[in-house]
This record gives sequence, C-alpha cells and structure tokens, in this order.
Amino acid sequence: MTSTTPTSSIVQDLPKSRGHWRNIWANFRRRRLAFVSLILISFIYLLGIFAPVIQTHDYQETNLRETQQGPSTDHWFGTDRAGRDLYTRVVWGIQTTVIITITSFVTGSLFLGVSIGLVAGYFRGWIDAVIMRVGEVISAFPDILLIILLAATLRPRITEFARDVEDSTGISGLVSSGIVDYVVIGIALLPLSWFGMMRLVRGQVLVLRDAEYVQAARAMGTSTPRILFRHILPNVVSPIIVSVSFGIGAIALSEVVLSFFGLGVQPPRPSLGVMIGEVTARGGASVSVLRDHPEQLLAPIIVVWLLIFSWNIVGDALNDVLNPRAR
Amino acid sequence: MLAYIVRRLLWTPVLLALAAFFVFFMGTFAPGDPAELRLGNRATPERIERERERLGLDDPIPVRYFRYVGDVLKGDFGDSYHYQGRPVLEIIAPRLWVSMQLNIAALIVAICIGLPLGFYAAKKQGTGRDPAIVISMLILYAMPVFFTAPFLILFFAVKLHWVPASGWGGFFSLQIILPALTIGIPGAAVFVRHMRASTLEVIGQEYVRTAHAKGMSNFVVNYRHVARNALLPILTIMGFTLAGMFGGSLIVELIYGIPGAGRLSLDAIFQRDFPVLTAFVLLGAGMLVLANLVIDVAYTIVDPRIRLQ
Repeated sequence: MTSTTPTSSIVQDLPKSRGHWRNIWANFRRRRLAFVSLILISFIYLLGIFAPVIQTHDYQETNLRETQQGPSTDHWFGTDRAGRDLYTRVVWGIQTTVIITITSFVTGSLFLGVSIGLVAGYFRGWIDAVIMRVGEVISAFPDILLIILLAATLRPRITEFARDVEDSTGISGLVSSGIVDYVVIGIALLPLSWFGMMRLVRGQVLVLRDAEYVQAARAMGTSTPRILFRHILPNVVSPIIVSVSFGIGAIALSEVVLSFFGLGVQPPRPSLGVMIGEVTARGGASVSVLRDHPEQLLAPIIVVWLLIFSWNIVGDALNDVLNPRAR
Repeated sequence: MLAYIVRRLLWTPVLLALAAFFVFFMGTFAPGDPAELRLGNRATPERIERERERLGLDDPIPVRYFRYVGDVLKGDFGDSYHYQGRPVLEIIAPRLWVSMQLNIAALIVAICIGLPLGFYAAKKQGTGRDPAIVISMLILYAMPVFFTAPFLILFFAVKLHWVPASGWGGFFSLQIILPALTIGIPGAAVFVRHMRASTLEVIGQEYVRTAHAKGMSNFVVNYRHVARNALLPILTIMGFTLAGMFGGSLIVELIYGIPGAGRLSLDAIFQRDFPVLTAFVLLGAGMLVLANLVIDVAYTIVDPRIRLQ
C-alpha cells in the first residue's frame, strides 16, 4: 500500500505545475487590455467567417431607391452610392481579410520564412550567404511599391493561366470564385513576409545550433531533419508567435492598400480596401465623403483600425509573456 | 572599419544591379508591348515593328539588360514610354525632390513629437501617464491614412481655415503641414516606443545613480546622462523609418494631390512605363543603402564601443 514519505508530502504541498503553455496563457490572461483585444480580434474574425449566416442583405444587391442612406434598422451601417448594405459588405470584407491573412501567412511567413531561416542558420556557409544577399536585394525596394509592382504584373498572367486551366479541365468558376485574387495578393505579399521571419529564425538558430543539447543530439547520430524540427524548432516557437502577431496587422493593411488601388480583390467581391477605394474614388473624394457620408468611409476603416491596434496590443503582451528575458 | 565601408560600397553596385535586373525582368514579363503603348492609337503593325526595332525590344533579355546598365553608368536612364521621348531623369528628379522634402518634414514631426514623449513616458513609468501615452500612441499608429488624411483636411483646412486643404507649395509653405503630420504621427508612435524602451534601459544603469548621488541636478542627469545615451539605439531606427517613408508617402501624395515620386511611380506601374519605374527603384534602393551605411558609420562615431566588421 502507499506510505507517504516526507519527500512526497513536500512535493504534494507544492503548487501543481501547469505546464509551459498553460503558464503562458495564465500570464497572458492577466493582461486585461491584451485579453480584451484578443476577444475583439476573435469576434471580428468570427463575423467574417460567418458572413453568409449573419448578412442582412446580399452584398451585390443594389437598390437605387435607397442610396447613400445613414444607419437605420434595415441598414445597420447605412447604404453606399449604389444602395448596397454597408453592414453586409463590411462583414464579407472581413471574410476576405481572414482568407488573405491566413493564406499569405501560412505560405509566406510560416512555411517559407521558417524553413529558409532554419536552413540558413543551421548550415551557414554559402547557402546562408546567398539567402541573406537575396533578402538584402528584396528589402532594398520600397515595400509598397514592390507589392504594387508584383500585383500589377502578375495579375494578368495568373488570370490567363486560370482561364487556361478552366478551359482544359472543364472546371468553371475558377476565375469568378476569387481564387486568382488570393493567389495574386499572396504572391505579391511574399517578399514582405518571408524575409523578416527568416532573419528572426536564422538568428535564433545560429545560437542554438552550438547549444550543448544540440551537440549531444548530433553526437548520438540524430539525423539533421530531426535535429532541426524536434530539437531546434520548438525552441524558436516563442519569437515566431510574437512576430506573427505583429505581422498580421501589416498583412491586413497591405491587402487594403492593394485593393484600394484596384490591384487586390476585384469587385463585385467586397473587401475593406475595395470599399475604401470605391467610396473615396481612389482617394480623390476622401474629404467630401468624410464630411457628407462619414459612415461610408468609417465602416471599413474602423474595422482595419481595430484589427491593427488589437494585434499590436496582443503582440506586445505575447512579447512580455513569451520572452521575459528580453525585458 | 574602413574595410567594412569598402566592402559595403563594393556590394552596393552589385545589389543595385540585381535589383535593376528584377524590375527589368518584371517589365518583360508584364503583358502589353512598350512599342504599342508608345505609339498609342496611331499604331499600325509596321510602325510597331519599326518602333520595336528602334527601341531594341527584339534583342534577347540579357543583351537589353546589359545595354541598359551600360547606359545607366553613363547617367542615361533612357526615355519615358509615356511622356513622349523625355529623358527619365528629367521626369523623376523634380518629383523625387518633392517627396524628399515631404518625408524630411514628416521625419522632423516624428522626431519632435516622438523623442520627448517617449522620454517623458519612461520617466513617468509606474504612474498612469506612461500607459496612457503608450496606448494613445498605439491608437494613432494603427489609424489608417485613409482616415487621418481626410480628417485633418476637414478639421484644419475646411473648418478652421488654418491651412490650405491640398496642393504643394514647397518645404516652407503652409501646405506641407498637414501631409507632414499625416506621415509623421504614425512615425512619432514608433519613436515613442523605442525611445521609451531605451530610456528605461539607461535609467536603471549605475552611472545614473552615481550622477544623482554626486548631487547633480535632475536636469543635468536627465539630459547629459540619460537622454544622450538613450538616443544611441534610435539611430538605427532612423534608417528603417527613412526606408519605410520612401514608398509610404504614396497614398498621402494621392489624397493631398502632391506631385511627388510616389504618385509618379504609381502612374508608371499602371502605364507600364518601365524606364521610369526601373530608374525610380534604382534611385530609391541606392539612397536606402547609402542612408543605412551612413547610419552604420555614424553609429561608430557616436558610440566608439561599437566596431563594424
């Protein structure tokens, strides 16, 4: 039977260890503003995900008898120049933001950035040199210009390609589904997203590759991929999370800018950038719109504003919680 | 350090050549025929063919690229496709000058607001004012230009009539105030953040306590011991900020109707005016690289502990 020894009673008196991630979560939750921001972000994203369910009208439905209306019980945020319901369009616009954030983050920052960073940091030598030089060339471009240039040049080619695929396979609706837009935006944002993440991961790996536990793993004959993914990667996760949370706001804003110039999401599909661009006539009419129909400009802008602000607050808090030594 | 500078200076032309090749390649990849674009409606197939020949568009890409690089080395960036036959440099230079003035004004705004406020927030750590400053700056930072620009115009120009609503009148005109604020305020938020962090770091140092213990006045300790040392890391951020500003004034130029380089390059992208675009990217990248080099070197002068290698 069990007989309690002195040591085990001491152990029992200690507070229960909750595990690394649960500790972090508990610390994070204690930061009220960050926690509220996280709830706000989730709420906004849920609005976007459930857009088809919570829409009150059809986002394309025009009603020329009800144009430029202020907020009312029928149109919660009012209507635009074509009489389309602003609330519905904002909600669908958020869905676009959600899709683009996820696709460009998973491909650019997480997949490319992390894997290239691991390789560059671990193997060093000429691979590292080449990767770093390529990154330097890319970061020598003014950001927004490079994104716009890529989107403007690639869009016609990718649309053409999608049409060819439609013709040869018989699948229809590929172009009209908006997939082309997402691919174009995803590729255009690549140069922005991969290099920062790559440099971050590389820097961490450069330190970790000579750590004793990694040397031990190598001495035991562990394969290189296993060392990279099982021993090094888990120790780089914290800075990656922090960097992602700061980056998401920037990605959302870039999509807005691209769509504002008509290079991102194409009408009739709504996006926050498309809405801002249409309402202000590409910036030209901003002032008169803000004066006469502020809700038309503010509805999409406040969402973007809240998203960028909240992600920054969350990023700050995560930075404090995950990298306590950096303080 | 000399070796470092030389190495960086030697790498710069290579970097620019690669950057130029990238834009050049994008130009050939883009749909639309420059010769056709140049001629517009008057184009007959024969004329297009002759124009292509004259421009050398039928040569292989590497040949065209090296011809371009050779011309650039002689200071010739080619002729614009859109603005008939005018040399690119002649079109870009005045626009670039406008954008530079605007961005310098914005940088001044950012520094004048950001550094003192960041320093003040750090000194007030532990009181309610510190988080209040940090959060309100973050709110301003997150505010999209699409809102800031029309809001400032509406408030200061339309309502109060303090400044003209839009247009461009040079560095010393009233018109520059609003666009400079629009770009400068988010920049100030970045400076507040970094200045606050670096001040906090310095405040905890022993020499600051020693200075206080010696009986030096608060003013002298704050400015001679704390602020001057806290400014060091800010230098690097200046480089990044300059970089971000270069293309960042694009939307602002659009809304305020400023004839700057952002506007020009945007038009060039849509009109497929690749000579203008390539030149713009080259000049932009070159200025960025040089600015960063100057900042690196300035760093070693301000802080002799740092050695470049």
